[in-house]
Amino acid sequence: MTALQPEARPVMPGTAATPAGVWREPRSAGRGEFVAALGYLLPSLVVFAMFVFYPLIKNLQLSLYETSPLGGLGLFVGVANYTQLIHDPAFLNSLRVSFLFALYTVPAGILLGLPLAMLANRRIRGIVIFRTAYSFTIAVSIAAAALIWEWLLDPNVGVLNYLLSFLHVHKVGWLIDPRFALPAVAATTVWKDLGFNVVVLLAALQGVSDELIEAARIDGAGRWASFRNVVVPAISPALFFVGVVSTISVLQSFGQVNILTQGGPVDATNVIVYSIYRNAFFNFRFGLAAAQAMLLFVLVLILTGLQFTVFERFVTYQ
Amino acid sequence: MTAPTPVAQSRPAAAVPLLRKGRRDLRRMAADRGLDLLMVALALFVLFPLLYALGTSLKTAAEVNQYPPTLWPHVFNAANYPDALRVAPIARFLLNSFIQSGAVTIGQIVTAALAAFAFSFIEFPGRQALFFLFLSTLMIPAEVTLIPNYLTVRSLGWLNSYPALVAPFLATAFGTFLLRQFFLTVPRELWDAARIDGCSRRRFLVQILAPLARPAFATLAIYAFLSTWNQYLWPLLVINSQQMRTVQIGLAILQSQESVSWSLVMAGIVLIVAPTIFLFLIGYRHVVRGLTAGAVKG
Repeated sequence: MTALQPEARPVMPGTAATPAGVWREPRSAGRGEFVAALGYLLPSLVVFAMFVFYPLIKNLQLSLYETSPLGGLGLFVGVANYTQLIHDPAFLNSLRVSFLFALYTVPAGILLGLPLAMLANRRIRGIVIFRTAYSFTIAVSIAAAALIWEWLLDPNVGVLNYLLSFLHVHKVGWLIDPRFALPAVAATTVWKDLGFNVVVLLAALQGVSDELIEAARIDGAGRWASFRNVVVPAISPALFFVGVVSTISVLQSFGQVNILTQGGPVDATNVIVYSIYRNAFFNFRFGLAAAQAMLLFVLVLILTGLQFTVFERFVTYQ
Repeated sequence: MTAPTPVAQSRPAAAVPLLRKGRRDLRRMAADRGLDLLMVALALFVLFPLLYALGTSLKTAAEVNQYPPTLWPHVFNAANYPDALRVAPIARFLLNSFIQSGAVTIGQIVTAALAAFAFSFIEFPGRQALFFLFLSTLMIPAEVTLIPNYLTVRSLGWLNSYPALVAPFLATAFGTFLLRQFFLTVPRELWDAARIDGCSRRRFLVQILAPLARPAFATLAIYAFLSTWNQYLWPLLVINSQQMRTVQIGLAILQSQESVSWSLVMAGIVLIVAPTIFLFLIGYRHVVRGLTAGAVKG
């Protein structure tokens, strides 16, 4: 910004009070802008400082202390909470359960979501009805989803066991049998997350140009070949995105576990967040729970990083 | 590209490709109808748990416990709804959730609009750094802030109160990002013109920018309302009085009462998912935009 004459510069309303006609140094102008901007940013910054940044540091601190049942800081123990955790079979079990849970949930969510999104991408009349139907579970809360599935999975009057009886499968205690509890909770989660997957994948499919597919067809590619060589690469960023986001969100699952199994039977569904909850708010071991939360954070970072290094090679960005 | 063949020569041969084309059209039509049917079947499959819940909510207590289970009630029994409202204070839970979600939604729109305005219309030193600071909040998972936030809220004496349900969610990096993207599409000339006319920043934001950004506000509003309404863990922690419970936690109470039948629980579920389903249906376009813009899960 160059003003020929100081007098010619319009006085900017709302900025730091500068008497008209006085030459304003760029630097002080910048400071004025900074103060003005800060006014607009302050409400958000206060909330973030109080409920995101401060707790992040506070959690790190808690994890290095022994805590009183009320959450007060006791003895500084360094990394003792962490070393205790990584030698604790219960925590290692939580890790294993969380991994398995992600393994059951994430690929299934994509493998079910993609065909639904492809069907929802057809150009027919009334397609919006199907788009809405396939993404409907976005509007359903995890608590409601869990309760509905608890009813479907009921060993005695549940519809699932009834349908399985036609296949001569005997009554399965879905939520009380340690072998089936985690898959059952995973099924609930897949259903609940399906709507989100469909929305994201459909948005990506809508961005794939018809000419590209048409060109592949003319070149003699069959349905499968054009799907694999044209459609999949084109939507690979969305597939990757769904994979990463689902993994992160699945590792943070809590509601369905709390409602369906409370971590049981015999810790078969005791995912990390549930065990954090139990340690902090039932056993009142805030320090240990804080350390667990830190380890979960690190685990999520590692897994996300891993996905970026392993899978992103297959992602083609246009 | 082949040169057009003389009409006289192509006439005898035309019948065969036409027939073949007709057969191909038929096959294609059959395939399309097949796909239509598949789509309907899959829609019913995806929606089955919800439809079944709705059906169950209208069954009598006797029919619910019947084996084999009935898919749809033989006799419609709407009494479960008033009963559900009587057994647990669901009306009060609904009110609490409405207050929480409404306040969070309004708060997020205000704080995000202010911040987004600063990021898109004010050029100040450190803008990049502060924007990055905002975005960094997206990377910090809720579990890490959970325990300290609980301790904070408790030490402020906010347990069992609306501030505990609302305050931590009053700012949003996602919303700021969403609105900033929209604000950046507004031509700078508009601001220059307004400035020359002596319009203050605040007035520009409120009277010119905000009305223009209504679609972006709608996206953020629906997203904020949906995700707040569906919160589970945080309300479970900070609320333990019956009167202050939100619907999600209230539901579990309904379920844990021994005397209550599944039909009553399903009636409760229908009552608590109805507002978000309604919002989803009227704002589908905005929901989709919100999810695909930054896709943070609720």
